[in-house]
Amino acid sequence: MGLLEVKHVNKSFGGLKALTDVNLDVAQGSVHAIIGPNGAGKSTLLNTLIAKLAPDTGSVTFDGRPLVGMTPHEINQVGVSRVFQTPEIFGELTLLENVMIPAFARRDGAFGLHAWNQVMREGAIREKAMALLAELKLDGKSHVEARHLSRGDKRRLELAMCLVQEPKLLLLDEPTAGMSRADTNRTIDILKEIAGRGLTMVVIEHDMHVVFSLADRISVLAQGAIIAEDLPENIKGNPKVQEAYLGGAHL
Amino acid sequence: MDAIILQVLNGLDKGSAYALIALGLTLIFGTLGVVNFAHGALFMLGAFCAVTLNVILRASFTTIDETRTDFLGNPLKVETPYVEYWFGPEVGGSIIEWSVPLAILFAIPVMALVGIAMERGLVKHFYKRPHADQILVTFGLAIVLQEIIKAFYGANPIPTPAPDAFSGSFDFGALVGFDAGSIIYPYWRLVYFGFAAAVIAGVFAFLQFTTFGMVVRAGMADRETVGLLGIDIDRRFTFMFALAAIVAGLAGVMYAPINAPNYHMGMDFLVLSFVVVVVGGMGSLPGAVLAGFLLGILESFASMAAVVTLLPGINQVIIYLVAIVILLTRPRGLMGRKGVME
Amino acid sequence: MLGLGAKDTRLFLIVIGLTLFAPFLLNPFPADSSLAQFNAGYPDLMQRFVIFGIFAIGFNILFGLTGYLSFGHAAFLGVGSYAGVWMMKLLTMNVVPAILMSVIFAGLFSLLVGWISLRRSGIYFSILTLAFAQMSFALAYSVLTPITNGETGLQLALDDPRVLGVSRTEAGSIPLTHFFGLEMRDGFDWTIGGWVFTFNVGYYLSALVMVAAFYVSIRIFRSPFGMMLKAVKSNQQRMLYTGLNPRPYTLAAFVISGMYAGLAGGLMVAMDPLAGAERMQWTASGEVVLMTILGGAGTLIGPVLGAGLIKYFENIFSKINSNVLHQWFGFLPDGLEDALVFVVYPFVGKGWHLTLGIVFMLVVIFLPGGLVEGGQRIGRLFRRGRSSSSKHERTAATPSSHAAE
Repeated sequence: MGLLEVKHVNKSFGGLKALTDVNLDVAQGSVHAIIGPNGAGKSTLLNTLIAKLAPDTGSVTFDGRPLVGMTPHEINQVGVSRVFQTPEIFGELTLLENVMIPAFARRDGAFGLHAWNQVMREGAIREKAMALLAELKLDGKSHVEARHLSRGDKRRLELAMCLVQEPKLLLLDEPTAGMSRADTNRTIDILKEIAGRGLTMVVIEHDMHVVFSLADRISVLAQGAIIAEDLPENIKGNPKVQEAYLGGAHL
Repeated sequence: MDAIILQVLNGLDKGSAYALIALGLTLIFGTLGVVNFAHGALFMLGAFCAVTLNVILRASFTTIDETRTDFLGNPLKVETPYVEYWFGPEVGGSIIEWSVPLAILFAIPVMALVGIAMERGLVKHFYKRPHADQILVTFGLAIVLQEIIKAFYGANPIPTPAPDAFSGSFDFGALVGFDAGSIIYPYWRLVYFGFAAAVIAGVFAFLQFTTFGMVVRAGMADRETVGLLGIDIDRRFTFMFALAAIVAGLAGVMYAPINAPNYHMGMDFLVLSFVVVVVGGMGSLPGAVLAGFLLGILESFASMAAVVTLLPGINQVIIYLVAIVILLTRPRGLMGRKGVME
Repeated sequence: MLGLGAKDTRLFLIVIGLTLFAPFLLNPFPADSSLAQFNAGYPDLMQRFVIFGIFAIGFNILFGLTGYLSFGHAAFLGVGSYAGVWMMKLLTMNVVPAILMSVIFAGLFSLLVGWISLRRSGIYFSILTLAFAQMSFALAYSVLTPITNGETGLQLALDDPRVLGVSRTEAGSIPLTHFFGLEMRDGFDWTIGGWVFTFNVGYYLSALVMVAAFYVSIRIFRSPFGMMLKAVKSNQQRMLYTGLNPRPYTLAAFVISGMYAGLAGGLMVAMDPLAGAERMQWTASGEVVLMTILGGAGTLIGPVLGAGLIKYFENIFSKINSNVLHQWFGFLPDGLEDALVFVVYPFVGKGWHLTLGIVFMLVVIFLPGGLVEGGQRIGRLFRRGRSSSSKHERTAATPSSHAAE
């Protein structure tokens, strides 16, 4: 049984069917990539996992627990973190604060009224946050406000914010979009390293170089339906997939 | 039954004012995305357009009539307004008497200029700033505007009468077949309602049947796309702001005979008009108008003696109470669209 | 010191110094000079400085940190005032129970209002708080007259029970408010040369409370809780997907700021045992908004400065009449003198609101960080003038100025 199980999920917007009977089974410790042409429903699928959208029918089970009906912060608290397509960070706060906040959320739960002790004296949390910033090579900017970062740095910051929570499942929505080749390669290395430690990941990605460097398994989504699910090497040769990608030019 | 009709009628004039102000607020919010806390001040400026015209028309010179004496036996001083001197007492007198309706003509260019100056000089720079900043800066502007008026006209209300022809009341009850005297209604309030209805109809017709209005409606539905179409949004924004200012100003002009204008009347109406906009649904023009009249009438019902004895104080709080309930149960208001200010 | 960082300690010491020596600082002109009317060092006004300072500090915890703009905070101050007067009517003229009760009642009321209003954000939140405050105002004037004494306002009377005190003094008057025997009105004048400095018990009690309130606000700003509130303002989406529930954080901030308002209301009646509904009107809520923004929302010291400035304007600046102006410009030729007086007059005296409105607009447009940001900018100009290697300091200065946006 997988860590994350998506069963028969359907979602429509008005008359438009965005997801049709989607099934997904993500094994513990694996990296599962979801690929597909633009508008295939990849982000919609991710959104149904974290209660950003409620599926019309179907079930999502994580670690034996149903996720449908939970609030976003509850889903995070059971161990699901997400990196968004456009980085969602706290722009007006420093990098260090950005990473400390999720660390507090991990320690204190959804709400903790620590109005008297001082942030900068929270040694353990601070060290943990600094360690992650260092790991993602952002420690030199720890006192810079996050909104001043480059797009690539913002993505890595968001990744640090997710990792500091030590999630059981990490959802990545195009983690390298808009990055330079060098930045992309660096991100791949980081993600590989994390995957090596046994963290389960679901990755949405357009860049096939990234997908084939990381994924243990690939699901192909086209027009809201899973048209193939297999090992990376088998996906490359799958005619259905090549058709979906208009002759497989991308592969 | 006649009591109910009376309350509906009583609610109409306030409801008309709410609807007109809320309409302008919604136009500005819907097209420009700006929360204008100075809109009440525009209403107040309109009312003072009526006051100003009245003062101007009454400007007079003094002559000494040797043939008559005052009670001290001195020659009588006679004040003759210039208009009476120029046009003769007949015409001049009625010009003064009709100063409030005439002020409409005076207020339109004045309010248009005020609106253009406000948009070009201030509001324009706040399109991209957070709503809180827009609220704050227009709140500051409202203070400035009302203090300017206070500096000119003082703090006391200035009675500004309606033309004699409309100053009385009439027996609405007898007119529609109830007992004579059961529903007595002042003429001017009916005029006000009719005027408001005409202005509202005019604004809607303008938006419905002109190309300009079509662009504006498209802009309210989807601002970004219209911007992408290469339509010169800037000039239209200025125009919309001026239009909204005129609507608020006209509402104020005609309201002057109902309640003598004072410098803080704008703030009083602003708070309620915002509640009206929120109840109607932020960004919905029909919602604003509907909610304006509904709340005006509801307020009037709540002040009925029977209701007040049953629920003391309800007349004071009914509008706020409705707003709270609506906001909590229907966050988009009565007719609001999805995604506005959420 | 007291668990604060070096910078905060310095700020805190400055605030302590300013409040302690306020009777001197605010009375720079000799008592018989023509400028004596600009002296602000009399007890009534000094009390108002610190009491409204408390009000603004509390408001800033909500608005400055979370960005939720409440237009109804005066209601909590009003509720606090009523609760305080009732304590004096029923229990004792000692101000401690009165102030405690003010804080408690304001806290409970803000819990109710916040719990409902915080279901919405942005302008909807502002309208909800406004609606609640206007409702409280209207009810205090009408239905709640048995509790609030309507338009007259709630006052002490000779036949109040005052279980732990006396209903009337031996001289037959209403007893005075006191702090364990130390009467609020007490104080002494110290005359040095032409100067008269007044040291008043009520002021020093209020100042002490304000210093404590200021200390608490520094602690909150620097705490994980304060950081979470900034996160609420910055990005609620990210907060949700980080496993945090923004609602209890904003509610806690709302209640804390409501309790600060209650504290201010309690102190007000401790100085002058009278509570009226007009304290709850939305213009009163607007005033605390003005104070906070003017001084610098999201900064520690800004709200106190803003409160002081507005109260100074209201009480001192408003006294400048045309006679004073003629005196000032008297050295000029007559025509010029009259022209200048004519131009300046609308902005001073009774027209001080006009100046306030203009200054406020300028601040919102050009200085989103308020006077504090203005001060920082000037300070930076000077520093840049002296040494060009102040790059480090400049980056260090940004967080506080941006926190205000």
